[in-house]
Amino acid sequence: MHPTNRSSRILQPVKLWFVYLSLFVALGLEYIPTGRTPGLPDWVALVLAFWCVREPLAIGMGAGFAFGLLMDVGLGAAMGQHALAYVVLAYLANALARRVLWFPAWQQALHVLPLLLLAQAIMVLVRLLAGAEFPGWSYFLSSLGSALLWAPLSFLLLLPQYQPDERDDNRPI
Amino acid sequence: MSLVGHQPPPIFRRGPAPLARLFVFVALCLVLLVADLRFRYLEVLRNALSVVTYPLQMAASTPADVVRNATRYFGTLVDVQLENADLRRLQLDAGERLLRFEQLEQENLHLRELLQMSERVQTKSIAADILYNAPDPFARKVILDRGTQQGVEAGLAVVDANGVIGQVTRVHPVQSEVTLLTDRNQSIPVSVVRNGVRGVLYGVGRGMLEMRHVLAEVDIQPGDRLVTSGLDGIFVPGLPVATVTRVDRDQDAFARIECEPLAAIERSVQVLVIGRAAYPPPPPPPEPAGER
Repeated sequence: MHPTNRSSRILQPVKLWFVYLSLFVALGLEYIPTGRTPGLPDWVALVLAFWCVREPLAIGMGAGFAFGLLMDVGLGAAMGQHALAYVVLAYLANALARRVLWFPAWQQALHVLPLLLLAQAIMVLVRLLAGAEFPGWSYFLSSLGSALLWAPLSFLLLLPQYQPDERDDNRPI
Repeated sequence: MSLVGHQPPPIFRRGPAPLARLFVFVALCLVLLVADLRFRYLEVLRNALSVVTYPLQMAASTPADVVRNATRYFGTLVDVQLENADLRRLQLDAGERLLRFEQLEQENLHLRELLQMSERVQTKSIAADILYNAPDPFARKVILDRGTQQGVEAGLAVVDANGVIGQVTRVHPVQSEVTLLTDRNQSIPVSVVRNGVRGVLYGVGRGMLEMRHVLAEVDIQPGDRLVTSGLDGIFVPGLPVATVTRVDRDQDAFARIECEPLAAIERSVQVLVIGRAAYPPPPPPPEPAGER
C-alpha cells in the first residue's frame, strides 16, 4: 500500500545520503544522449519534486539550485536556466508538501504535474527572451511522462524506508 | 515550569522565511542568466563545474556508444557491399578531381609568385563523426567525437561533403559542440561567387538561412551560390555555404534574401573540422597623425 498521511503505514526515517544519491543517479540518466525524443521525463525535476514533497525539512531550494546548475553545465544550456526552474519547483513543492501527502499516488501526480509544467514554461520563457527558437509543443510532453512515472518512482525511492530493523507482523511497518 | 532558555525544537527552526530564500535564489539565477547569455562571463564556472559532471556524462554515454557500435556491427553484409561500391565510385571521381586540383594549385602558386602576392591561407583539417544532437532543445547543436586532445579549437568551421554545416562553439577534452548554421544565434560572413557581393548569413530556424545587411539595389538573384568570405579572420575563405532561393526587395532599404544551405546540415554524419593553420597578423596600429 502506498504510504500517505491517511494510511497507517509507518516508514523508517529517510537517509540523507540516499536522497543525494538518487538525485545524482537522476542526473546521470539525464546525461544519456537521447537526441530530441519528445516525452522523455526530466528525471532530476521529478526526483527533486518527490523529495521536496516527502522531506520538506531536508530538501529544498538549495538542492534545486545546485542540481539545476549541474544540469545546465551537463546539457550545455544557459547557466541558471535549469537552476531557476528547479528553485521555483522546489519552493512550490515544499509549500504543497503538507497537502499532497494526504492523497493517493495518482492524485499526487496530478498535483505535481502543474509544477513540472511551470518549471518547463520558465525554461522556455528564459530561452525565448534570449532569442532562441521555440522547440515546439511536444517539448511539454516531458512533464506528462514525468507525472506518469510518479507512482512507480515513489515506490522505488521509498523502498529503503520500507525495511524494518526487526520484522514484527503485528506492527504496521 | 518555565520554558525560558530552551531552544525551540528543530522543526520550528527553518532559517530565513522560504519566500525570502526564494527571492534570493531567483535573483542569483537571473544574475547568472544575464552574465552567461548577455556577456558570456561564466565559461570559467562552467569548466569548474564540468569536473563534477564529466565523469557522469562519460558513464551515461556508454550505453549509447554500445548501441551505436552494435548497430554498426550487425549491419548486414549487403549494405556494406553496396556502400563500398558507392564509395569506390566516389573515390575514383574525387581522385580525378584531386589530380586536376594539384595541378591548379601549382599553377596558382606560380602565378602568385609572379604577381608577388602573399600565399593563400594554409589550412588544417580534422576528420570527425557527429555523435548525437546536443540535449539542449532550444538550440541547434551537435556533438562531435573530437576535442582539444585532437586539436579542435573553438571557432573552427565544420563542413560536410557539400558545404559548411556550422562552427565549433565549445570544446571538451574528447568531444566538442558545434552550433549549426540554422541556429538562431549563429551567423557567418559570406560573399556571392558570381560578383563578390559580401554579406552576413544568419540562421532563422526551420532549417533556413537569411542574408542580411545587403542593400536592395545590390545585384543578387535566386540561384546565386554563397561561399565564406573569410573576412572574419576565422573561417577559411571559399567554403561553399548556401544558394539563394528568394529575393524580396519590396520591404525597405535592405533586401530580404532567403537562402538554403548546401550541406545536409541536420543529416550529415561524417564531417571535417577546418581552420586556419595560422591566424592572420593583427592589423597595424593607426599611425599618429602628427608624425609627417
